[in-house]
Amino acid sequence: MLPSILDGIFNGLSIGSILLMAALGLAIVFGLMGVINMAHGELMMLGAYTTYVVQNLFKPLGIFSQTYIFFALIMAFIVAALAGLILERGVIRYLYGRPLETLLATWGVSLMLQQFVRSVNWVLIAGLAIFCLLYFGGMWFVKKRPDFDVIRQKAIALLLPLSAAVAVAVGVFLSQTFKSAVTQPWFGAQNVDVTAPKWLQGGLPIGNYQLPYTRMFIMVLTALCVAGIYFFLNKTAWGLRIRSVTQNRNMSACLGIPTNKVDALTFALGSGLAGIAGCAVSLLGSVGPNTGQNYIVNTFMVVVVGGVGKLVGTIAGAMVIGLIDYILGAGILALLFAQIPPVAEFFTFFATTSMAKVMVFLLIVIFLQYKPAGLFPQKGRTVDA
Amino acid sequence: MTQTYSTVASGSGVAASPMLQVTGLNVYYGESHILRNVDLTVPRGEMVCLIGRNGVGKTTMLKTLMGLLKPRSGNIIFDGQPILGKTPDRRAKLGIGYVPQGREVIPRLTVKENLLLGYEARATRPQNTTEIPEEIYELFPVLKTMLTRMGGDLSGGQQQQLAIARAIMGQPQLLVLDEPTEGIQPSIILDIEAAVKRIVATTGISVLLVEQHLHFVRQADRYYAMQKGGIVASGSTRELSNEVIQKFLAV
Repeated sequence: MLPSILDGIFNGLSIGSILLMAALGLAIVFGLMGVINMAHGELMMLGAYTTYVVQNLFKPLGIFSQTYIFFALIMAFIVAALAGLILERGVIRYLYGRPLETLLATWGVSLMLQQFVRSVNWVLIAGLAIFCLLYFGGMWFVKKRPDFDVIRQKAIALLLPLSAAVAVAVGVFLSQTFKSAVTQPWFGAQNVDVTAPKWLQGGLPIGNYQLPYTRMFIMVLTALCVAGIYFFLNKTAWGLRIRSVTQNRNMSACLGIPTNKVDALTFALGSGLAGIAGCAVSLLGSVGPNTGQNYIVNTFMVVVVGGVGKLVGTIAGAMVIGLIDYILGAGILALLFAQIPPVAEFFTFFATTSMAKVMVFLLIVIFLQYKPAGLFPQKGRTVDA
Repeated sequence: MTQTYSTVASGSGVAASPMLQVTGLNVYYGESHILRNVDLTVPRGEMVCLIGRNGVGKTTMLKTLMGLLKPRSGNIIFDGQPILGKTPDRRAKLGIGYVPQGREVIPRLTVKENLLLGYEARATRPQNTTEIPEEIYELFPVLKTMLTRMGGDLSGGQQQQLAIARAIMGQPQLLVLDEPTEGIQPSIILDIEAAVKRIVATTGISVLLVEQHLHFVRQADRYYAMQKGGIVASGSTRELSNEVIQKFLAV
């Protein structure tokens, strides 16, 4: 009896820590900034693919290659943060205060990112690079002219088709000259596999049960990320600025806080955390273009159940959902109530992964009826402000 | 009726120009015309009071000055340079300290953190940004005892003192106060008044004040009276007659 409960708690916490990992970035972006970022899962996916690439780059390095995971974590953070930064500067900053539009726009971005990893190849990269170089380089050049405001429209009308045409032409030329060497997709639509380094394979035996090292690694990683974020938000100058802007944007601007920079930084940070989460989930199974979609709903649930705008709520929400999910899914409750057949049958019915999810969502729906603001609602005199 | 200071500004460079000069300002909320050709000048080192009944556009004027609202036409010159194209944070960094109506203390930050945010407006950040200078506590002793309380949990009067202290932390050249005594008990009004007078006396900064409280209005050097979005009277507060008071102050 006892081992199975311990096993349930450990597995539940481990599922919870993955959820927390994924939800942490979202809690910052959605909870603190109020931006509904449907592309968060795809930022995780980018992190997972980055891990895959780093792993392959490290393969020829022999024994040293076993340390790839640390470099992968850093790279996953950087890649996802950069992608997030581009997303914020290019799309989301025009949509602040319009949640519905943000939701639709980021959902569109998430579809684009999914297709991007399916079809990315050298031709696509070269074309994009040339287009960005020509268009943004050209615009940068034009911006220096004193009559920029006057000729802005004309410059765009001229530069946009021109750069696009050059990019397409180069792409066609490349694909016809080098054929499949450059048109072969990097990843394709199939899932790719990340193998955990040797020292993370296997597990720590406790009785007749094994604690997998990868899960322990993820739990430690999650704890480190939470501690890091807590420190950053509460002890640094930028953290103070972020908290201030999220509570009162206009007044913060009037105090001299550069809100543009704060927005970009917050979003990049949240995205970077998604990247690290992606790196973590790549250790648990194969990674595909749809990886992000599997996580986005759960992560939103975590943030909503925990209470928007509170880190402690996100932590509690993730752990509670993780535990309930595992305890239901593994049929532990059915075992406990074995003496009472109808109850046992009821829990056996929900003792599969997908039915456990049904039950969890049902519980969340009921829970939100009683506590619509989540586990840790904001309190105080100015809660409505 | 409206007296301008344009003669002071002309041809003598930044040093002699007024702290703030607003000319021909027109602001709209959608299609409704809120500010109509507002001209207003705050000379250096003086305290200027903007009076008028509720809804005549006083707060709109200050919000436009801070950059929270965009005017359709007109010009705002601060310290010799036009600031209309600048964002609120850039204006704050130039030296405009804003204490808005309703205080707008950041609710879920502690009093100390709220005060530290005041440093953001300084052009050069001091080395040590975790300590609050002693002058702030001398001005508002009540703040020292509640540094760890949440800003949103303070009473209205304490929040008002915190908001003024926060603005002063940024060492502004122009302090903009929007109804600092609104809804505050009389004894604290006197504290706030005394603190503002002391700030002006010790730092020599200019003050633009929107106020309904007559006693406070009398502390100012000059007044501008607003009606229906335009300036309709101005002059020295010493000449502020009962007739003007009856007409423009909601007393």
